[in-house]
Amino acid sequence: MLISELKPMDEILGYLKDDKKVFIVGCKGCAEVCQTGGEPQVLEMKQKLQEAGKQVTGHTVVDFLCDRALVKLRLMPHEAEIIDSDSLLVMTCGVGIQATAAVVDKITHPACNTVGVGGARGEWRGSERCRECGDCLLDMTGGICPITACSKSLINGQCGGAKDGRCEVEPDVRECGWQLIYERLKKLNRLDKMKEFVPPKAYSKMEPPKRLRSTIMWALEEQDKEAVTQ
Amino acid sequence: MSLKDKLASGKFVVTTEVGPPKGVDIQEMKENSEILKGKVDAVNLTDQQSSVMRLGSMASSLLVKQWGLEPIFQMTCRDRNRIALESDLLNAYVMGVENVLCLTGDHVSLGDHPDAKPVFDLDSVSLLAAARELQQGRDLGDKELKGAPHFFVGASVTPGADPVEPQILKMEKKVKAGAQFFQTQAIYEPAKFEQFMKAVKHLNVPILVGIVVLRSAAMARFMNKNVAGVSVPEALIDEMDKAENKAKKSTEIAARLINEMKGMCQGVHIMAIGMEKRVPGIIEAAGL
Repeated sequence: MLISELKPMDEILGYLKDDKKVFIVGCKGCAEVCQTGGEPQVLEMKQKLQEAGKQVTGHTVVDFLCDRALVKLRLMPHEAEIIDSDSLLVMTCGVGIQATAAVVDKITHPACNTVGVGGARGEWRGSERCRECGDCLLDMTGGICPITACSKSLINGQCGGAKDGRCEVEPDVRECGWQLIYERLKKLNRLDKMKEFVPPKAYSKMEPPKRLRSTIMWALEEQDKEAVTQ
Repeated sequence: MSLKDKLASGKFVVTTEVGPPKGVDIQEMKENSEILKGKVDAVNLTDQQSSVMRLGSMASSLLVKQWGLEPIFQMTCRDRNRIALESDLLNAYVMGVENVLCLTGDHVSLGDHPDAKPVFDLDSVSLLAAARELQQGRDLGDKELKGAPHFFVGASVTPGADPVEPQILKMEKKVKAGAQFFQTQAIYEPAKFEQFMKAVKHLNVPILVGIVVLRSAAMARFMNKNVAGVSVPEALIDEMDKAENKAKKSTEIAARLINEMKGMCQGVHIMAIGMEKRVPGIIEAAGL
């Protein structure tokens, strides 16, 4: 799930300063759950824009705005209204905004900020756990990730900044990740793991691997692009 | 004689630090350096201390060298990735700066540019390892260098940390990665320092005990509350509190601490934090 939050109205109106007619697009996926781009928020936005002197040419809420093919299909019935607009205001995550931009040749303004979850994926949502670094170090650290648990993502032990087991960054909400790792390894009688030098991380592995780009979805997009250029 | 040679010869060394200015007015830094000249064995030039943007430690190292002092170039991993760090090590060497102190660095959120992107591509241990690689004529990309630099590399440790065991584990890693000397975080408890020194005796590496000069009782309380791994005993705070002449008392306390701990280690690192002018007086009072 992608977490989004509405941008301040002033910022949104700033984007729209030179636009008179606006078409609003919302999303029934994550943005509906976040109450940033569902039907009620789209209607509320419509009213606010009208109060600010804008003409709302139309609006729609698509099932999943992140599905580019679906966005194209769902926006087709609104073609005339969209053509008549100066721009679109898209109320969802960064993926949905880009999917809309990919199928409409108009400026698509973001109404939301997509909030970093830094790896708080999976169903254990209490905190961020995995940043998909492509080079897992959990064997060295007793099963606690130093990339997410340490605010500096240090891999060779704690820095000098922890006080009373709390991190120097936001001590009221953050424990020192390396203190947790130390306690864990001590409990398991495996402090020897903290003596091993961990070489600099291969951050190149954080890029999605090329083989993921050979999936059918990727191939279809490439085919689409080729068709357009021809 | 260089810092390296002095430590090798068994001389008890004195280092202190000079904080580069926020801006380009180097007058005060120059005055402080003049005062310290001939009194200390080397001076640390801090690297954007507390993540506050200011004149860099490389330029400052060069300046104090020109002014007749031996610099210890502090490097943190906060602002530069491995390419820039390795390159700055080469830069330092060709400019005649050989003492390097490798640190992780404070997080950017603590300083005056909290929205900056924190780097931490390397850490203090892998920065030491990078310096060692370069000295062996190769870089972290495993490419051969045209001419290899030579350094005297140091690192830091917090003897007053609670628990201290993870500090010692990391210190062992630092020694393995090539650390040739240590400067410690401030410690005000000689008994605790003695215990620490016993625990790291097997590492057989020169250690310079860190002293932060106390300005007042309030400053000591502030450090106890906010500075990791530093605890000033209540008795010392009381002593500061009751003293009529705070400057005299702070010098007296620093000198006393140095005398209590100098038999346990190979040198002292005096951090005066804006009171650099008091350092010669402390050295004199300690009889060094």
